[in-house]
Amino acid sequence: MDTIKQTETTRPSSFTGIKGYILKAENLRAFYGAFLAVKDVNLEIKPKSITAIIGPSGCGKSTLIRCFNRMHEVAHGARITGKVLLDGEDIYAPGIDPVSIRTRIGMVFQKPNPFPTMSVLENVVAGRRLTSVLSKRIEMEEIAEKFLKQAALWDEVKDKLKQSGTSLSGGQQQRLCIARALAVEPEVILMDEPCSALDPIATLKIEDLMRGLAKDYTIVIVTHNMQQAGRVSDMTAFMMMGDDRAGGLIEYGRTDQIFTNPKDKRTEDYITGRFG
Amino acid sequence: MPRQDFEHHLQTLQEELLALGSLVEEAISRSTDALVNRNLNLARQVIAGDLAINQKRYDIEELCVELIATQQPMARDLRVIVAVLNMIVDLERIGDHAEGNAKIAIMIGDEPPLKPYIDVPRMAEKTKEMLRAALDAFVKRDAAAAKRVIEQDDIIDNLYDQVFRELLTYMAADPQTINRATRLIWVAHNLERSADRVTNICERTIFVITGKVEEEGVSKY
Amino acid sequence: MLGLNSLGAGIAIVVVCLMLGYIIAHGLSFINLDFITGSAVPAGQAGGGMHNEIIGTLILVGLGSIIAMPIGLMTGIFLSEFGTPFTVSVVRFATDILAGVPSIVVGVFAYAIIVKPMHTYSAFSAGAALAIIMIPVVARTTEESMRLVPGAMREAALALGITRWRAVISVVVPGALAGIVTGIMLGVARISGETAPLLFTALGNSFGYSGLGNPIGALPLQIYRYALSPYKNWQQQAWAGAFVLVVIVLIVSIAVRWLSRKRRV
Repeated sequence: MDTIKQTETTRPSSFTGIKGYILKAENLRAFYGAFLAVKDVNLEIKPKSITAIIGPSGCGKSTLIRCFNRMHEVAHGARITGKVLLDGEDIYAPGIDPVSIRTRIGMVFQKPNPFPTMSVLENVVAGRRLTSVLSKRIEMEEIAEKFLKQAALWDEVKDKLKQSGTSLSGGQQQRLCIARALAVEPEVILMDEPCSALDPIATLKIEDLMRGLAKDYTIVIVTHNMQQAGRVSDMTAFMMMGDDRAGGLIEYGRTDQIFTNPKDKRTEDYITGRFG
Repeated sequence: MPRQDFEHHLQTLQEELLALGSLVEEAISRSTDALVNRNLNLARQVIAGDLAINQKRYDIEELCVELIATQQPMARDLRVIVAVLNMIVDLERIGDHAEGNAKIAIMIGDEPPLKPYIDVPRMAEKTKEMLRAALDAFVKRDAAAAKRVIEQDDIIDNLYDQVFRELLTYMAADPQTINRATRLIWVAHNLERSADRVTNICERTIFVITGKVEEEGVSKY
Repeated sequence: MLGLNSLGAGIAIVVVCLMLGYIIAHGLSFINLDFITGSAVPAGQAGGGMHNEIIGTLILVGLGSIIAMPIGLMTGIFLSEFGTPFTVSVVRFATDILAGVPSIVVGVFAYAIIVKPMHTYSAFSAGAALAIIMIPVVARTTEESMRLVPGAMREAALALGITRWRAVISVVVPGALAGIVTGIMLGVARISGETAPLLFTALGNSFGYSGLGNPIGALPLQIYRYALSPYKNWQQQAWAGAFVLVVIVLIVSIAVRWLSRKRRV
């Protein structure tokens, strides 16, 4: 049974007791230089599920997920304290190569970013080709087909494989980026507001895609759109910026429960739009 | 405070709910009055007035559906709207029970009363009180007050017991009274059912506050 | 205001037309097959050409480019992708200074460090001097072109688990290729016409190309010599040479414009 500990309103409610997590943040703090952007996050992501991270602008949602695939440290002067465990191992342990982590935890960005100098086919296999040996043309085409199908894009582009990646529509480009991320065969896929640059129909297509992918992959999605979080996710985490300008985890629980009867008043205020 | 428009709509929703409650309360009052005072005109007015109650119930339902479709209510807002949707059903049924009593008043017509009406008016008064308190608890979002109202259902049940036993003895003593006595048992039954409906309303109030629907007290009947 | 601007533009166009017109008028008449294919002849003698010098210019420009391209490219890539704020400012400062060094000073420098120790004028030293002039041009345009590639590309590549180096070479550089090629061709156009450094390094060679370690002739050098000479034949050939040189530079410049118009990334 899930037990949710409710602590005083000054400290965030944390979710513990669930067995079997694939990704876990322990006392995670993220810094940009001396500035603390995200503080004391303890979060367990369930495998083969969709977890949504919601919260107002600037609360550190994007920073948080970028800590999960070690993209946070790419910025000059950025660092973390605490641990992030993938399958039980700390990905920040000394000696771990960040590059290898990023092949296990993939990322899809807000604005679709297919490589403009590559064709659709080349885009899909780009991750594979540039991280390992992928020489034969036949191999490339097979892999492209496999993952374009997984990304529900194959039928729309099978005749356009040689065209530039940027010749597709916005929604198609984003699905191309998803196919590209899938082709590296990660365990976890992080999505940073993947639909904000897309029209409503493209958005719904990608939401359907996400639900399909969740059978095989673990997905963590940052979203501004609460209705999307409600439609798509199994678990929801609510973050908010504190008085010290650092973002913290306020509440984390099953999506249906968060949206019908949240435990923390701050969560309630945000969800009902009474955030004044 | 953001969502001014939505807040305004929720306020309207609540006012409409209270208006419906008011109509229903009046129906209980007048139907009992019509019975006790053998005022057949009043009884007919109550029967006609039930149409207004039904209409109001559907108007409120429409408003709820509209709010769900256009405002994406979440959490507490959602629970309030769902609660209102259910409460108007209960209120409308109470209105039907009052209409039933008015019809019985007409059926009894000019026949002399079996005995002075004491317990039935008491039941009616108590039911009205409970209804007022239940809606008040909803407006104030007071779970404790709602629970207290639920407890008062026992009083109604006891009064019903009393009426039932009394009328049984009348029927046993004189078969001529069976017609009138049965009708009166039915009147009391309508009031007892109405009080039960009021406890449902209280449970919805508690649902808004806690997010859970629980059977707070099992009625004897 | 419009009148003043139009006046300025008009003057610029007039100057270019005058210059080109002059060169064409004077040079075109002396262009013949002999000029392109024939070697230099002694002063006073009719005929002869700048065949060796044309070849020489092409060799020197080629040599300079081969040396300058990798260095300029890597500097540009360093500035755009791998430098820290401090190192970037230092290297950029150095590049800017190098860009501003007068070409004759570059020639003297090449003389001092290559010609003297080698005890001979050579094509190699000339190529090196031209390379020194070309490096800042390539570095600057490479850096600018790389910076124009949106950061989203780099992020996407990194997020796939591609190493930094691989990402730069396989994703960013291809995205900046148009600008980089433009930069290289601008550099080529620039060094094709440089004369001063050649004075101290190439020297000139009437026998044509005789190996990298030996002196070599070049168009600008020959034009300089012939133009200052008192021989009419040579002076005419100087005009013809100037014409050929302008044509070469024009072709490269137009090619640059045409290429950068074609690409729309």
